[in-house]
Amino acid sequence: MLTKKVKKKIILISLIFLFLSSALYFLYISLNKNLLYFKTPTEIFNSEDINIQRIIRVGGMVKKNSIVVNQEEVRFIITDFKNEISVSYKGVVPNLFSEEKGVIAEGSLKDKKFFIAKKILAKHDENYMPPELKNLIKE
Amino acid sequence: MLSFFGNSLILISILTSALIVIKSILVLNNKASLISININNLITLQTTIIVVSFLTLVSAFIISDFSLITVYQNSHTLKPLIYKIAGSWGNHEGSLLMWIALMSLFSFLFFIKKNRYKREYYLFTLIVQTSLILLFLIFLVFSSNPFLKILPEPMEGLGLNPILQDPALAIHPPLLYIGFVGSSIYFSAAIGALMSNIDGADFAKSIKNWIKITWFFQTIGILAGSIWAYYELGWGGFWFWDPVENASLLPWFCMTALLHSVIVLEKKKQLFSWVLVLCLMTFCLTIAGTFLVRSGVLNSVHTFANDPQRGLFILIILSLTLITSFGVYFLKNKEENYNNSGINRETFIITNNWFMMFYLITVFLGTVYPIFTEVISDIKVSVGPPFYNTVIIPFVVIFLLFMGIGPNSKWGGKFINLKMFFLVLLASVAINIILIYFFDTKSILFNLIFISSLFLIFYTIIDLMKSIRSKFLFKTSRICSHLGFGLLVLFIGLNENFSKEFDINLKPGETKKIDNYEIIFENLNFYKKSNYNVVAGNFTVMNNKSNDLKKFKPEIRIYKNPETLTFEASIKTNLLSDKYLTMSNIQSSEYYNIKFQEKPLMIWIWISVILMSLGGITRFYRSENRL
Repeated sequence: MLTKKVKKKIILISLIFLFLSSALYFLYISLNKNLLYFKTPTEIFNSEDINIQRIIRVGGMVKKNSIVVNQEEVRFIITDFKNEISVSYKGVVPNLFSEEKGVIAEGSLKDKKFFIAKKILAKHDENYMPPELKNLIKE
Repeated sequence: MLSFFGNSLILISILTSALIVIKSILVLNNKASLISININNLITLQTTIIVVSFLTLVSAFIISDFSLITVYQNSHTLKPLIYKIAGSWGNHEGSLLMWIALMSLFSFLFFIKKNRYKREYYLFTLIVQTSLILLFLIFLVFSSNPFLKILPEPMEGLGLNPILQDPALAIHPPLLYIGFVGSSIYFSAAIGALMSNIDGADFAKSIKNWIKITWFFQTIGILAGSIWAYYELGWGGFWFWDPVENASLLPWFCMTALLHSVIVLEKKKQLFSWVLVLCLMTFCLTIAGTFLVRSGVLNSVHTFANDPQRGLFILIILSLTLITSFGVYFLKNKEENYNNSGINRETFIITNNWFMMFYLITVFLGTVYPIFTEVISDIKVSVGPPFYNTVIIPFVVIFLLFMGIGPNSKWGGKFINLKMFFLVLLASVAINIILIYFFDTKSILFNLIFISSLFLIFYTIIDLMKSIRSKFLFKTSRICSHLGFGLLVLFIGLNENFSKEFDINLKPGETKKIDNYEIIFENLNFYKKSNYNVVAGNFTVMNNKSNDLKKFKPEIRIYKNPETLTFEASIKTNLLSDKYLTMSNIQSSEYYNIKFQEKPLMIWIWISVILMSLGGITRFYRSENRL
């Protein structure tokens, strides 16, 4: 027979285990739901179905002569030199945002050719580049 | 000249540290010998030398001695004096030296009162702490020596990253480092305790004040960083769940857990093993955070001098500390008889620790997950604020409720005044209903946050009144911190929910009406400052509802060395709200990006954090007086 003490211990340990595993499961689920995937215009072009609700990041170069501004929004085109995608953005662009420079836009797709950005990634200084971009430029 | 002087000092400090370690081992093995005055003199010498070497670096920055590479790369003669000084820790090499200087300063303050501790505990702690200092000194010499020379000596430096030229960011690293590095002392003490069989309560007493003081500095260090992010980054937010920010939060969770459980150890002689684990974990997380930030494995918007080679060094230090500390723990830790039944104060403190660990795991997972997906499946992802918000906020609601009732339970005794619980809850819900009625707040999560933070605030205020009546002033620290935290969550909730944000593009001379506001972009001014040029916009914002007229002058600063743009927000603060306007240029266009925000109760967020952090030092004064 189990003593009272051992019984208590078993209950405690199984409770802790239950708590931990459910917490981790919960974490895993919400992590997967909220991951931001990084895509290039070509990857978007080649993908079979697109999820217009999901927030993603699109990276590439700002195409030359593509920046158009009016009172409401900034429009520009992100290109990876194979495919391109139009971006509409309301908000403040970071200080190093310019044509023929790298850019990462965060937001959601309207269709394969049109992206609505919520955020344009800011860079603190001229030496810094998000790793995603670095790889892209290397390619 | 300074290079030679600095290098010699570093060399001497390495020798002194090694000497301290050897000497303490000798004393330890010879049971007869007392802790000689010699060791204390050596500690004083070691600390003096390291602090002087750090001051040498600072003075090299002040006099702009560009013969040192570090100074050349991070300073400029035209910089204001305060940023010359701040430049000395605004880079990897200098900040590491500051790290070591603080570490030995803590060591000095801890060990100077040698009669307070048991002989073995003292010596083991000293050996571990000094070995750590030694380890970091070696790291400094081999991979990041701030006293390296450059030949020929350049005439002018490259300048400090302009975004770092800011008062809040000048003090942010030292504050944070005191918290970070201070945790090394209870890391060492924990190993000392494991090796020397010290009594749990004695151990708790010896480290308690150190935990408080590091917690205080860590808290205001994070605050300084947040305030800086708020007005400098131009987004109007103060916390972005960026990996670098998370790195400072991880040890903070650990310290907060420790701050609570150490009281149980002191009062009830329980949770000894757990307190030891927390002590070890806090410092290990500090190093882990440093690794994540400095090695460049993480993708952050904040930048620091990233360098994979240095990363390797930090990784080695991290593995060394992890393996030895937890190795010692598993070899030496004794099983504890843990008996606690019923819902009492201990239970609530353990509950606090569970929550802290949950937050810790959440933030840790979110921070390192992208590294794993990239390594394992080459999928590039990042984890943004939505993850943290969905996971953490619901738990904060429950946490706040526990935080309210916990302090009203008794040690070892029974909880609780149920009548009071329901009364306070009812009051909070009633106020929430009024809020919903007048302001139409629909978000369920926000309303829950509102209720639970009010619950905590009311409970703490009742606590405060009780303690004033009974003249038990020892509660002040807890009341400060809990009240501060309750207010913090309340104000963040209100701020998030009632903030307004407008993004538009305007040319000079144009006007735009949105919501109740009329934003008039009058014109641009250009002028020169000593180390940058300014493009300043003149804005008038009319509130058509209250006929309130405000002028804003946001700036675009063009720094010359290094050549960079920064956007300076123009912020009008009052007790009710902040109005926030930033302007930025868009390439190949006459338009300027304008971001106008109304952020209610912003200043109270900062005040709450200060109130919360004060809890850490009122406790400190109290217990110092008692000793």
